[in-house]
Amino acid sequence: MTQPGDVQDPPQAAEGGSDLVLQGVTKRFGDFVAVDDLDLTVPQGAFFALLGPSGCGKTTTLRMVAGLEVPTVGTIHIGGQDISHLKPYKRPVNTVFQSYALFPHLTIFENVAFGLRRQKKSDVERQVDEMLELVELTPMASRKPGQLSGGQQQRVALARALINRPQVLLLDEPLGALDLKLRRQMQIELKRIQTEVGITFVHVTHDQEEAMTMADTVAVMNAGIIEQMGAPKELYEHPRTTFAANFLGQSNLVRGTVGGGDGSNVTIDAHGARLVCPRDRAPAGISEVWVGIRPEKVFLAGAGTETADGSNLMRGGVVTDVSFIGVSTQYLTRLPWGQELMIFEQNSGARESFRVGDPVDLHWLPEHTFLLDAAQDASAGVEIEGED
Amino acid sequence: MTRLGKWIGDHLILAIGLAVLFYMFLPIFVVILMSFNDPASKQSYSFDGFTWDNWANPCDEFGMCESVLLSIKIGLSATLGATILGTLMAFALVRHRFRGRAPANVFTFLPMASPEIVMGSSLLALFVSAGLSGQLGFWTILVAHIMFCLSFVVVTVKARLAGLDPRIEQAAMDLYANEWQTFWRVTFPLVFPGILSAALLAFSLSFDDFIITNLNAGQEVTFPMFVWGASLRGIPPQINVIGTIMFLLALTLVLVGELGARRRARR
Ligand SMILES: Nc1ncnc2c1ncn2[C@@H]1O[C@H](COP(=O)(O)OP(=O)(O)OP(=O)(O)O)[C@@H](O)[C@H]1O
Ligand SMILES: [Mg+2]
Repeated sequence: MTQPGDVQDPPQAAEGGSDLVLQGVTKRFGDFVAVDDLDLTVPQGAFFALLGPSGCGKTTTLRMVAGLEVPTVGTIHIGGQDISHLKPYKRPVNTVFQSYALFPHLTIFENVAFGLRRQKKSDVERQVDEMLELVELTPMASRKPGQLSGGQQQRVALARALINRPQVLLLDEPLGALDLKLRRQMQIELKRIQTEVGITFVHVTHDQEEAMTMADTVAVMNAGIIEQMGAPKELYEHPRTTFAANFLGQSNLVRGTVGGGDGSNVTIDAHGARLVCPRDRAPAGISEVWVGIRPEKVFLAGAGTETADGSNLMRGGVVTDVSFIGVSTQYLTRLPWGQELMIFEQNSGARESFRVGDPVDLHWLPEHTFLLDAAQDASAGVEIEGED
Repeated sequence: MTRLGKWIGDHLILAIGLAVLFYMFLPIFVVILMSFNDPASKQSYSFDGFTWDNWANPCDEFGMCESVLLSIKIGLSATLGATILGTLMAFALVRHRFRGRAPANVFTFLPMASPEIVMGSSLLALFVSAGLSGQLGFWTILVAHIMFCLSFVVVTVKARLAGLDPRIEQAAMDLYANEWQTFWRVTFPLVFPGILSAALLAFSLSFDDFIITNLNAGQEVTFPMFVWGASLRGIPPQINVIGTIMFLLALTLVLVGELGARRRARR
């Protein structure tokens, strides 16, 4: 299901570039396949985000790039050089560890200075001071890691890797322990450093918003494979698998059968409703489909209201739940076949509001519709509230 | 009622604690006291009078200081040998996956579990059958001591090493430290407290050992052997001087270690 074609423009490192390229990389632990035949190109200077549920193989992927784990099969190149079997300390790669892995016996200053000292860089003092300033830890310079809070330790881990300005920086949930304000602040700093210095970032995160706002390319990973990757907008607007559709944001998926169409559109029969979807948003050659639509793309209208011509329309809904959350209102609507769909309406004041029990019709623009293979599990990637 | 119960609870625990401490330290107090004893006769086990003589001339007791020096020499050599070997073994057992790792783990425990008298006599049999019966002495004692200290070193260092997150060393490697630098800058400093306590343990085991040593010593006399021999005739008070010095030395080491740890924690 990996779709290399989805990467914006993976210019194969012609010359001078230092793209990170993984080819057919598989990692097995005994019988367990942690990473499965991964093909990936991260262009030099790109901000690449890896998004996926716990245990899907994100850390394992990073560890193979860092040289801490040897791929069972496959090769890893940076700038055309095969680094698959290079020692970690010979790779132009640094890692921000998920577990921080700070040196407990060294001061914060020495932790941050470690990489520079090993490379025999001059000017260590000044660079470390600057870096500590950047992560707001100057007053902690002479402390030991054990005397810092989790968020402070995480910033040390970040500073310790970043200071080396490697070609590729691997960040394994580098902001997970920070509070919202500090996290936003560090996101901006990271993005700034990344564009200024031109480091390639491979950023693992649980925070979808973080992935979408920071990254040029987002890859959604699941059970050792990359389900889909592409620019954040492309990924969000046109998910290619049920997992991607549910994991990144939320989606309504309704069963349907493709019934025909013309050159640019296909028509679908879904529980009696005739829906239209652009042909380039439908998988070719599949007739049993999930009709997908994002909750915020759907409009509610009182039952029987005239809707714009050409809209996709589903009649006979009943509002079963209304939650007001400030900028928008979330509705749950039960359709005649028993399925509940989610609809987000902006609280712009221009939209009619509904109450539980109101009969409603649902309509949306055909170009917001996407089709997925019905053979896929419609609940794949659905995040359970309160879990990461 | 509950207040009374609380009072009893608090003070009973204190009293029991003090009693246990008293029980533990009584022999040491006796040793310190007896080091100032001026015994009326050789066989005297009672405090007959105070004197500084024992402290002024501890080596007056014939052969005692020689035996102490020998014990220290053996103790230091055995500690060095057992600590280096045992540390290497601990690293191999914790860090490397090899065939026979599990049995190797068990075998390192065995010497700790087997009775000293059995180990001592079987070692003697080994030395004799190897034709070394004429050469029993410093080297055979040393070999024996390294052997029985080894398991304790392995166990102590292994415990420390097992608690060390391998990702810390991986982070060092990720930050351009090669294997050698990673070991000396990260692994060793972090495992060092374990190695140090293993070394202290090895020294005290070696210095203290009587049974195995006695069987394999030939003509040599270590301090425990000297004390045993002397006790048959009456314990000379100078032995208590050595005992007190050893106690004070151990106390100083502990205090220095404790202060060091506190200073490091404060920084
Ligand atoms: N050394 C190992 N031996 C055996 N299995 C392992 C090992 N390392 C990882 N795994 C397994 O491989 C899978 C992927 O692990 P990985 O650490 O890459 O997950 P992850 O995507 O980083 O998850 P999280 O978001 O929770 O950090 C997990 O199921 C894990 O149990
Ligand atoms: Mg992980």
